Amino acid sequence: MPPAMKTETPVIEISHVSTRFGAAVVHADVSLSVQRGEVFAIAGGNGCGKSTLLREILGLLTPSSGSIRLFGVDSRLLEEYDGRAIHRRFGVMFQHGALFSSLTLEENVVVPLREHTTLSPRLLRDIVAAKISMVGLPPDSAAKYPSELSGGMRRRAALARAIVMDPELLFLDEPTAGLDPMIAAGFDDLVLSLKGLLGLTVVMVTHDLDSLWRIANRVAVLGNGKVLGVGTMQELSQSEDPVIREYFHGPRGRAASEQAAWNVRGRET
Amino acid sequence: MVAQQASIEIAGSVIHCRGRWTLQNLADLERQIRALQWPEVVALTYDASHVTAMDTGGAVLLQETITDGRHRGQQLSLRGLQQEFEKLLQLAGIQAKAMVSGPSASRPGWIERLGQAAWQQLESGARGLAFLGESTVAFLHAARHPRSIRWRSLLRVLHMDGVNALPITGLLTFLIGVVIAYQGAEQLKKFGTNIFIVDLIGISLLREIAPLIVAILIAGRSGSAYAAEIGTMKVTEELDAVRTLGISPMSLLVLPRTLALVIALPLLTVYADVMGVFGGMLIASGQLSVSFAEFVTRFEEAVAVRHFLIGIGKAPFFAVIIALVGCYQGFQIRGGVDDVGRHTTISVVQGIFLVIIFDAICSILLNWWDL
Repeated sequence: MPPAMKTETPVIEISHVSTRFGAAVVHADVSLSVQRGEVFAIAGGNGCGKSTLLREILGLLTPSSGSIRLFGVDSRLLEEYDGRAIHRRFGVMFQHGALFSSLTLEENVVVPLREHTTLSPRLLRDIVAAKISMVGLPPDSAAKYPSELSGGMRRRAALARAIVMDPELLFLDEPTAGLDPMIAAGFDDLVLSLKGLLGLTVVMVTHDLDSLWRIANRVAVLGNGKVLGVGTMQELSQSEDPVIREYFHGPRGRAASEQAAWNVRGRET
Repeated sequence: MVAQQASIEIAGSVIHCRGRWTLQNLADLERQIRALQWPEVVALTYDASHVTAMDTGGAVLLQETITDGRHRGQQLSLRGLQQEFEKLLQLAGIQAKAMVSGPSASRPGWIERLGQAAWQQLESGARGLAFLGESTVAFLHAARHPRSIRWRSLLRVLHMDGVNALPITGLLTFLIGVVIAYQGAEQLKKFGTNIFIVDLIGISLLREIAPLIVAILIAGRSGSAYAAEIGTMKVTEELDAVRTLGISPMSLLVLPRTLALVIALPLLTVYADVMGVFGGMLIASGQLSVSFAEFVTRFEEAVAVRHFLIGIGKAPFFAVIIALVGCYQGFQIRGGVDDVGRHTTISVVQGIFLVIIFDAICSILLNWWDL
């Protein structure tokens, strides 16, 4: 379903963004757009400015030039008065969870609801419980503090907090980094099932090739401050660009693509 | 009806749900549900065919009303809900069952809580004792092998917590000297014993006030920093890294800080003595017309050297208390960011508390020995 709906305004529109930190150029004229309902991945090697781009989309950082529109609103205005309406429409899962360490899991998840709605305590509790079970955490973990959770559980808890408002758009920053392969695969499945259930648009920053093959509809590869290529994994894997070839046809890339091909065959037969 | 809104109404035995059952409208829906008059019918049907949108929140709310109905003994059925929303509702339903069957955490009785609190106190006492023992061992080791002391970090700490503290300690004790002189001047003028201002300022500052002010300042300035630094290192697993590199955190962190403070605090106290007495001198000449020359002559006669020595003699002990309490609290940090703040506060409060206790004990003992 992804790139079909060209007539609709894109959920995210990045146009001609350049970023410089002093003399270091992070992005030079980057343009991308994300359509409703797709899983869009931003990939690239370490230090290619993936996370910086994400922070710029979220309005946490202002690009040196160019503009980024989120739901048609300039992301520089996110912090201002009409920001709140936009903030309700997206959820963010940070790389290390960014759970509030002084609050229990349950209290962490309820924060956005408390802030943006006036619901009864009972409904708040039930919604939070539903989200906690949606992300596959056991009910008894609700009263635990982040320091008592394992890395994978913390990631799930952060996801629960990101989706508690039923956002249209979900940002994932390195969702599977540092997770074991089983849990990482489980996390991919979780994102897919949530996408099906809640009709999410997902934007993720990752360099996990397995999860790129498994869940991304479209992938943008960043490198040397530019967008080296945008397309499905199939298209990118046939790209002539040397950096992309290196990226996808290194030993790990090949294993991931073989695995993906094998999975497809498995599904067909 | 506006398309953006949601409603729930009862007509006979049918409950009509309409509109967008999404988070924006939930507060409104909750109000409507509370105002509903539930009929005394056994069987009720939800008609959800006009629900145009539903998210998890909406599903949970719908599930709540269904559960409530069941509790009242009504039979409820649902029709017309779109398939994609049905999935959400099922999920909410599974959740509801899990919640009911899940064990509820019971609050412990007061005896148990009292016992836990007492045990925690005992445990923290034991940990403190263990820390004291460990640091003593480290000190003895360092005394025998002075080469193992990390002089570079010692000098760094000496600079940060000694040299950089000079302006603030100087200013503070200068002002304290001024304040004491003013207060003393009022009383001494009445008796015409102006020259005794020198005794008042000299003895009180040198013996008690300057060392205490410096210790309190350093507890707030450096003790808290030690707790926060070591605590943050613990949270970020830097301490574990240090241990796995075969370096003892005691010799890397605690020893240099403690030794540096032991050196810095007496020196700061001497500096504070000078500044405080100077402040008093200014006021003495202004308010009591005791000239600088008279002041200094009287100072030599009236203020025995032992007052000065007692004052700076206490400073190294204060230093050990402040540094060890700060480091100890840093090592006690377990959880996350809020724990750092809590233990930093504790380090300051406990440091100042112990310094004053130690000072009081000194006063009593020295009084006994007629010093």
